[in-house]
Amino acid sequence: MSQKILIADDEPNILISLEFLMKREGYEVVVARNGQEAIDAILRERPALVLLDVMMPVKTGFDVCHEVRAHEAVRDTLIVMLTAKGRDTDVAKGLALGANAYMTKPFSTRELVQKVRDLLVASA
Amino acid sequence: MSGAKKTDQRLWWLLAAAAVASVAWLLATVGLVGSTLEAREREAVWSLLGGRMVLLSLTWGAGMAAIAWALKRWFDHWVTPSVQLAEEAQVLLRTDVVRELKPKGNVETRVLAQLFNQLVEQREDLRRQMDERVREAAQGIEQERSRLAALMSELTQSVVVCNLDGRIILYNNRARMQFRALSQAPGVAGGAELIGLGRSIYGVFDRKLVAHALENIQQRMMRGAAQPSAQFVTTTGAGQLLRVQMAPVRSPQAQAAEAAADRIELTGFVLMLDNITRDFEAESAKDQVLHTLTEGSRAALANMQAAIDMLDYPDLDAAMRERFMGVVREETRSLSQRIGALAAGSSDSKTRWPLEDMLGADLINAAVRRIETVTGRPASPVDVDASVWLKVESFSMLQALVYLTGRLADEFDVRFVQLRLAPATGSAGKAQLDLIWSGQAMSTETVMSWEMDPMKVGNEAQRLTVRDVVERHGGAFWFERERARHQAFFRFLLPVADPREQVDAAAFVRNESRPEYYDFDLFKTTELTRSLDDRRLSDLVYTVFDTETTGLNPSQGDEIIQIGAARIVNNKLLRQECFEQLVDPRRPIPAASIPIHGIQPEMVVGQPTIEQVLPSFHAFAQDTVLVAHNAAFDMRFLQLKEQQTGVSFDHPVLDTLLLSALVHPNQDSHRLEAIAERFNVTVIGRHTAMGDAMVTAEVFLKLIPLLAEKGIHTLGQAREAAQKTYYARLKY
Repeated sequence: MSQKILIADDEPNILISLEFLMKREGYEVVVARNGQEAIDAILRERPALVLLDVMMPVKTGFDVCHEVRAHEAVRDTLIVMLTAKGRDTDVAKGLALGANAYMTKPFSTRELVQKVRDLLVASA
Repeated sequence: MSGAKKTDQRLWWLLAAAAVASVAWLLATVGLVGSTLEAREREAVWSLLGGRMVLLSLTWGAGMAAIAWALKRWFDHWVTPSVQLAEEAQVLLRTDVVRELKPKGNVETRVLAQLFNQLVEQREDLRRQMDERVREAAQGIEQERSRLAALMSELTQSVVVCNLDGRIILYNNRARMQFRALSQAPGVAGGAELIGLGRSIYGVFDRKLVAHALENIQQRMMRGAAQPSAQFVTTTGAGQLLRVQMAPVRSPQAQAAEAAADRIELTGFVLMLDNITRDFEAESAKDQVLHTLTEGSRAALANMQAAIDMLDYPDLDAAMRERFMGVVREETRSLSQRIGALAAGSSDSKTRWPLEDMLGADLINAAVRRIETVTGRPASPVDVDASVWLKVESFSMLQALVYLTGRLADEFDVRFVQLRLAPATGSAGKAQLDLIWSGQAMSTETVMSWEMDPMKVGNEAQRLTVRDVVERHGGAFWFERERARHQAFFRFLLPVADPREQVDAAAFVRNESRPEYYDFDLFKTTELTRSLDDRRLSDLVYTVFDTETTGLNPSQGDEIIQIGAARIVNNKLLRQECFEQLVDPRRPIPAASIPIHGIQPEMVVGQPTIEQVLPSFHAFAQDTVLVAHNAAFDMRFLQLKEQQTGVSFDHPVLDTLLLSALVHPNQDSHRLEAIAERFNVTVIGRHTAMGDAMVTAEVFLKLIPLLAEKGIHTLGQAREAAQKTYYARLKY
């Protein structure tokens, strides 16, 4: 059975590439376009891993991460943060709030694929 | 003092004594001779002498006259000259009169007189030398003063020197101009209501802010820092952003002290001000630009790179390929647009919001104290790493901590908080400061709103938000839970100071070479906690003012058309710190009154109205005693406007008319001109508000010593005595 991945980002131009990429890697893909949609999708779809953008409308990626970790049912969801915020304080904040990995934009898609694969294998 | 004028009393006494003695001697002789004679012989002698008694008394009288003459001569020669010498010497001793004493009388007295003359000469010599010294010293001070004045006026930075009570002792022209920009009503008082000798700096800056900076300086001095100074940034009422650097002024004794604890005794502080409003706006714009450049471009680059990576896949169908190409085209276009906009709007400001080095433990201790004072909840430090030095803007950081604790207490009933400080685990060059509490969790929405709401500390609302404070430090802020310990905390990531800088700053260097222009005795005045009534008249600060009006009856619609005021500080009239303003009365000015005040109707056109002018004047007169000639008249005009303008003039008031009547009760006129003439005060610009205020001020200064002669030293005494004068019973 293929694993389910949620991609949460408000920019369609990255969504289209990531969606294509992840589907091509054989994952089942769900997308969300803001923080609230992301939380709803996580609770509904129970994805194994979330690619989470930080700067989103309604709720930021930090908020989503915090809520997921606080929620009993979905606490173990893997989270990879993707963000244009490159300051080390932002990285520290993301990891402190419970992200499993933090990738600063722009990133290599090969690395992203590798990271997703590693995380999913490690948790299995 | 001629001898003919008055004969020494003692001469008479001596003469009387001689007379009594001679009579007694005569009687004794007669008695003795008589006792040796027979009764018959006595009879014979008596019969012989009896008829010649007149002759006998005549010879006695002649004898007495001779004695009197001799005594008089003796007195004139031996006694009177020394008595006169004593009197004349008294005059020389008691007064400043210099004259040579004429030697007269006996030789000894002549010698004494000459000795006195020499002593007087010596005294005059000493006095001359002393005067010379004083003059030289005064010249030295004058030189230092002008050197300081020149230096201060050349400075491009505003400098204000205050004593510990926050009273302004010294300021430069630049500061004056800056304060004009800060004034809420620049057109009216021109900043003179904010800055002036003897005024309180707390009229401009929050007292707590200054106290906090002083506290920081003292802590730094305790550690032996060579240049203890502190910085803060504050917004003023007029919305300006000021960066203030504070340096301590230590007393000479404190500097010489050996123990560090004694050296921290301050007598005042120097403030250097920079208006960074414009810099800061430019800086914010630049930050915005940088932000779009970095984060915006990163996102765009990521979009492109991902799309290009996808284009590499050989199995892509044509439609999909076209979509990825579209992404690349769009992102390229938006990037070039962004860079074009950047080039157009770039600025080159270099100002940063100043952060200062502070020992983390000091910040924690200050925060604990502040939290307990403001919120009333206990706070305590826990696991504070004593080696961490932070780079912070401590005042706003403390406000953020107090604000968050306040909300925790109010909304989640948190009973106590703890503060923890450690080097940040996740990011180098940062430290983590945690505000910890036990209790229920909160939602991210709550945290978000606390972070974004303007901070409210106590009853004061701030413009800043927690996020502003965090961004100012280039830090981060979030909420975490520690389930195992049932604790939650807010974590601040804050920049740490370069440890090397700290070693330098901590090495104490005794600074021997103080600039010479520091030799002023500027720090004598300290705030008296007693009420104004007990203060000496010569110690008070006065606002001497006068108004010109359209007529004499404020209750029947007469209005103020001009206010002029000057300040008296430390018994000196400050001519440069004055308040002069025409007022639009919003009614015609009666033609009959124009010759009196000289204000033509067109002069008040476009001038501010009384509602604008009185608040400014009120600020100008803050914390002073009001003085006016026939004050009751002017005060009625001011007081009738209280409701309309919302400012109330409840200052203590002195009236030069009443005070003049008090010191010269027998004079006919106490009109200002008459008093000015009596005191030889030159009247210039009479019947302009400013001119009259100046004359009144000079008259008032002359009245103070005369009042002191009447035993009136304090404000309370002056007010009481003035009330009792005849004029006080009249109604104006």
